[in-house]
Amino acid sequence: MDPIIILQAGVASGTVLLFATIGAIFSERAGVLNLGVEGMMLIGAMSAFSVTVATGNGGLGLLAAMFVAGLLSLLHGLVSIHFQADQVVSGLALTFLGVGLSLVFGEGLSKAGTITLLPVYTVPVLSAIPFIGPILFTKQSVMVYIGYALVPLAWFFINYTRPGMHLRAVGENPTAADAMGINVYRLRYTYVFVGGTLAGLAGGTISLAISPGWFSELTTSGQGWIAVGLVIFAQWDPWRAAFGSYTFGALRRTILDIQGPTTLFGFANPFYYNPYWGFFLQMLPYAFTIIVLIIGSREALRKRLGAPAALGVPYVRGERGH
Amino acid sequence: MTTTTPTLPNRRFSLPFVIKVEPRLDAPAWLGPVVSLGAIAVALLLGAVVLKLVGGNPWAAYAHIAKAAFGDIGVFSDTLVKATPLMMVGLACSIAFRMKLWNIGAEGQFYMGALGASMVVLIPIAPETAPGWITLPLMLIAGMAFGAGWGFIPGWLKAKLKVNEIITTLMMNYIAVAFVNFFVFAVWSEGGFQMSKTFQRAAWLPRLADFATEIKLFRGLTTHAGLLIGIAAAAVIWYILYRSLWGYEIRLIGDNPRAAQYAGLNITRNTVLVMMTSGALAGLAGMSEIAGAVHRLQTSISPGYGFTGIIIAWLAKLNPLVVIPVSILFGGLILAGREIQPSGVPRLIQGIILFMLIASDVLMRYRVRIAWNADAGADV
Repeated sequence: MDPIIILQAGVASGTVLLFATIGAIFSERAGVLNLGVEGMMLIGAMSAFSVTVATGNGGLGLLAAMFVAGLLSLLHGLVSIHFQADQVVSGLALTFLGVGLSLVFGEGLSKAGTITLLPVYTVPVLSAIPFIGPILFTKQSVMVYIGYALVPLAWFFINYTRPGMHLRAVGENPTAADAMGINVYRLRYTYVFVGGTLAGLAGGTISLAISPGWFSELTTSGQGWIAVGLVIFAQWDPWRAAFGSYTFGALRRTILDIQGPTTLFGFANPFYYNPYWGFFLQMLPYAFTIIVLIIGSREALRKRLGAPAALGVPYVRGERGH
Repeated sequence: MTTTTPTLPNRRFSLPFVIKVEPRLDAPAWLGPVVSLGAIAVALLLGAVVLKLVGGNPWAAYAHIAKAAFGDIGVFSDTLVKATPLMMVGLACSIAFRMKLWNIGAEGQFYMGALGASMVVLIPIAPETAPGWITLPLMLIAGMAFGAGWGFIPGWLKAKLKVNEIITTLMMNYIAVAFVNFFVFAVWSEGGFQMSKTFQRAAWLPRLADFATEIKLFRGLTTHAGLLIGIAAAAVIWYILYRSLWGYEIRLIGDNPRAAQYAGLNITRNTVLVMMTSGALAGLAGMSEIAGAVHRLQTSISPGYGFTGIIIAWLAKLNPLVVIPVSILFGGLILAGREIQPSGVPRLIQGIILFMLIASDVLMRYRVRIAWNADAGADV
């Protein structure tokens, strides 16, 4: 129960949520709600692990994860952008499909072989900073550092670049964006694909780095859904997404570690002596997701912030906007 | 795609026909069922392609599913056993979806219903010697109450705080499963196993096999009275949705929430009530499953019934009466699918079917027409 170790491992485990959440932010900023994150993550985890077992190259595994999950997300794109289907149901279908495909193609994969984990680095100077150094920059997977880079990049891209402005326009007011000459359909497909690749990357990060291996559905165990919830808490902002993801990572880690020691803060550890209390610990991440959603919704009500205005609404060229 | 494909400007080099996609003003009555059946057929074909890719024999698998689910009266009876909880969760999803309330939490409400019903037997609330006509109704009420309570929380959060119900209901699934597991392992475990003791006979819903002495045909048939409860529930929900004022409110809110608000309907109250009704139906499914088929509380009492309910509701176009035959079909798929390797196949097929269904919906709204150039010219 060393807090430094918990936070360090929490950042690592939160990186998974971070990728998935930022991916969903891109897709939702463009106006497409994709509830299929869990399915895309699972198929990403499966593809990454199987390609890495077959080729011995983790980088190829990650590319495969991103590509396969991206392809799957395009199905959702086709159905919800062009066919104007209900995005909630389409996203659910994507989850079923992703989970089903992963289980079918991942059959027997857990015993298929071993992999070399993605490399782990300690950053020379930064790791010497007290408290922060050991948590953020010591013996972290390369994926964690990619996560650090992704947050400011995504934030800058969305808020301060021309394509980022187009992205927001398409999600807030597609009719106006179309009138400005932005290709609404093409941009929506693009960002649904971006969301899919990031969800795939999240899956690959699990199976190649954070909790390596293939454990069928338990590989993701609902983290895709937690990511969907975090997007609302994050109010579609990458920095808040990072805060939420790492906090959740630390929480997951605490739950894993709290049952180990016989004493806790000098007292007999109740979780050690009552192993069945573990079931209540297991509930915590899901209960916290609900709490986090409540916080996010209250804040949104108070500040009159909210989802991108056209989120979940199919854009039909030539029809009046909403 | 949206309205018409542009005709080529220079007609001399154009094809002799153009493919036009135009919005339908209204769809003929036969189109809906035809499109749905077509979507299922395409889904099964796609499923076959995937099965072939992983080295299976798709046609043998499908033939096996058909035979192992509908081949004779014995297996058909088992199919009906699986169809019973599916029917109830299908109804739970139908009534919620009708109001565009996305209750993805039928799975958790099912578990809570099973827990509530088990409490009647295991605490015990009804003494072991109590007759069935006391124990079973108590279990039914407890199951529905627990399911409704589990549906109340996301309903209230949605109505009062505008918290997205998709994610809360889903998160509550995981919480419910862990909660039930706690009771199974820590409170009611039978000799350390992951199950409680078997319920006394008074807590079993009557089965066809119970009447085998009078009717020989029923020997060994496991279909239980839950099926009748499910069919009755379908009739009640149909009546509520299509013949009652409350159902009219639900449908109006679902179709046009803004109009409903201007009409003075209480959306807050209806949100909570519909989520509770939905939860009660899913809880009823949990009660019926453990009182009719499992006869004790144990871990993993559901192979994802709550999620299959979503697909069933959608395939039935949210019509409670159509939920009955659709859940029998899916009961067969789940029953026979258990023996098929790899184990993800039924899940995969369900996913493809749902995808095809919503994709095919575009055919209900748009018409693809091949226009020969002569009349294409007339249109332009």
